[in-house]
Amino acid sequence: MAEEKKLFKVTIDNIAIEVEPGTSILNAARRIGGEVAPPAMCYYSTLKGSGGKCRTCLVEVAAGSTADQRPMPKLVASCRTNVMDGMIVKNVTSEKVLDARKGIVEFLLINHPLDCPICDQAGECSLQDLSYQHGTEGTRYEFKRRTFEKHDIGPYIQLHMTRCILCYRCVYVADQLTNRREHGILDRADHSEIATYIHKALENDFIGNVIDVCPVGALTDKTFRFKNRVWFLKPLDAHRNCLKCSGKVTLWNRGEEVFRVTARKDQWGEVKDFICNECRFEKKKTADWVIEGPTRIDRHSVISGNHYVDIVEPKEIMPEVMGGRNPKLLMDINQVSEVNRKDIDLSEIPGPAHSEDFEKENS
Amino acid sequence: MQALTSKAKVVGRKPMTFWEKLYIPVIAKGMGITFGHIFKKKATISYPEQTRTFSPVFRGVQVLNRDEEGRERCTACGLCAVACPAEAITMEAAERLPGEENLYKEEKYAARYEINMLRCIFCGLCEEACPKDAVYLSETLVPSNFNRESFVYGKKELLIPHPLEEPEAYAKARGQKRG
Repeated sequence: MAEEKKLFKVTIDNIAIEVEPGTSILNAARRIGGEVAPPAMCYYSTLKGSGGKCRTCLVEVAAGSTADQRPMPKLVASCRTNVMDGMIVKNVTSEKVLDARKGIVEFLLINHPLDCPICDQAGECSLQDLSYQHGTEGTRYEFKRRTFEKHDIGPYIQLHMTRCILCYRCVYVADQLTNRREHGILDRADHSEIATYIHKALENDFIGNVIDVCPVGALTDKTFRFKNRVWFLKPLDAHRNCLKCSGKVTLWNRGEEVFRVTARKDQWGEVKDFICNECRFEKKKTADWVIEGPTRIDRHSVISGNHYVDIVEPKEIMPEVMGGRNPKLLMDINQVSEVNRKDIDLSEIPGPAHSEDFEKENS
Repeated sequence: MQALTSKAKVVGRKPMTFWEKLYIPVIAKGMGITFGHIFKKKATISYPEQTRTFSPVFRGVQVLNRDEEGRERCTACGLCAVACPAEAITMEAAERLPGEENLYKEEKYAARYEINMLRCIFCGLCEEACPKDAVYLSETLVPSNFNRESFVYGKKELLIPHPLEEPEAYAKARGQKRG
């Protein structure tokens, strides 16, 4: 007998929604969308077992359920708490939650270096967004920030352990997507660090996805390192026939040059279709891909700055007015400028560019 | 109609008087005013030998700054370029190699940095955006030139002289207001 599935009615920030039993508060809030959805730094819907570590998604439960109306005594992590029928949840409407989140951001930033000007994640960093929305302007921390011995984890991935917030997402990626996990979190407390224990390169297929899931700039693409800032690149949806993965990616182009290939992220900054290492690191030519069109970027993101959609170019009237002649070009900036020269492809240098690359170019 | 300023003069359409019709005395009067200016204080100065003091908020040509040890401050973060309303700034970044620590302050630096002075409107937003105090607008004007190509300033033109190797040139480029 097919019994009608009973839906749980939850009220989040005074908005009621019916969800299936077993849904977490976070996912229920995401169903409503917008401001109501709590931010999440460690929870990742496509990774099993993620969540419950960063505490940014804390919410207040004003009433546990219809059966038990009592509020929950403490703020709960919404990614790990399932909804009950008649639950009343407060997120942005609760002073307590906003205050707690402010404290959590402060704790996350205690050991985080202020090197956003250098960091390749800047502009698409969850921690940047979070601290802009919920954090304070200054820091009260007066002590030295933790530092680590630098580990080289191969030609593809650059590890900056000082930036890590220990969300464990990369560990779950290695566990659930690759055939063998080579890295993990060593030591404990403020000594804990992502490492391979015995210095090894992370080269398993699909390991490149740790770059996309990392909410901060701890794991970044070495083939893209320092090449360009994300907001100067043009994201394009593209695909190719790949035997190992879906082949659906976002290309980050500047002109014809493909600077970086990433998986496509949804509105919560999460990847649904993980891509293989070959697509991510080896296919750096526009010819390898079938371009579908520009990626939709949120208008509030710095990446959409100076990128205009649906532009209507005005009709060029100069030749008409001047009797078929084009106006005389007094200077072609491409011939004068040393930056972004046509004959040099920065995207083809395997790692970050060095002074010698630029010296070579000068000759 | 109400006059817009108190200096407005109503043009008279009266016929000339006999004294005015004589012509020569009126010319002499006008010449008198002209010659009188010889003894008045001059409004101009002979630039570039003499220069005027600039206002403290004057915004001149950009300078790429160095720190006390003479290392370049710029990390090519691109914030000046994204803030620039005229899209005059472009750059290319590189990673610092071991042994170059005395040249560049941070791990990443601007291998190429260009400001197109033909586009620049001297609004000072690049200075405001810079998180490293690397770019600021100095008290110098952009020197004039005959060809357009010379107005695309690279690092050679923009970088401040080394504070330890050329302290005098450094102090001059740094200007008065930042003393």
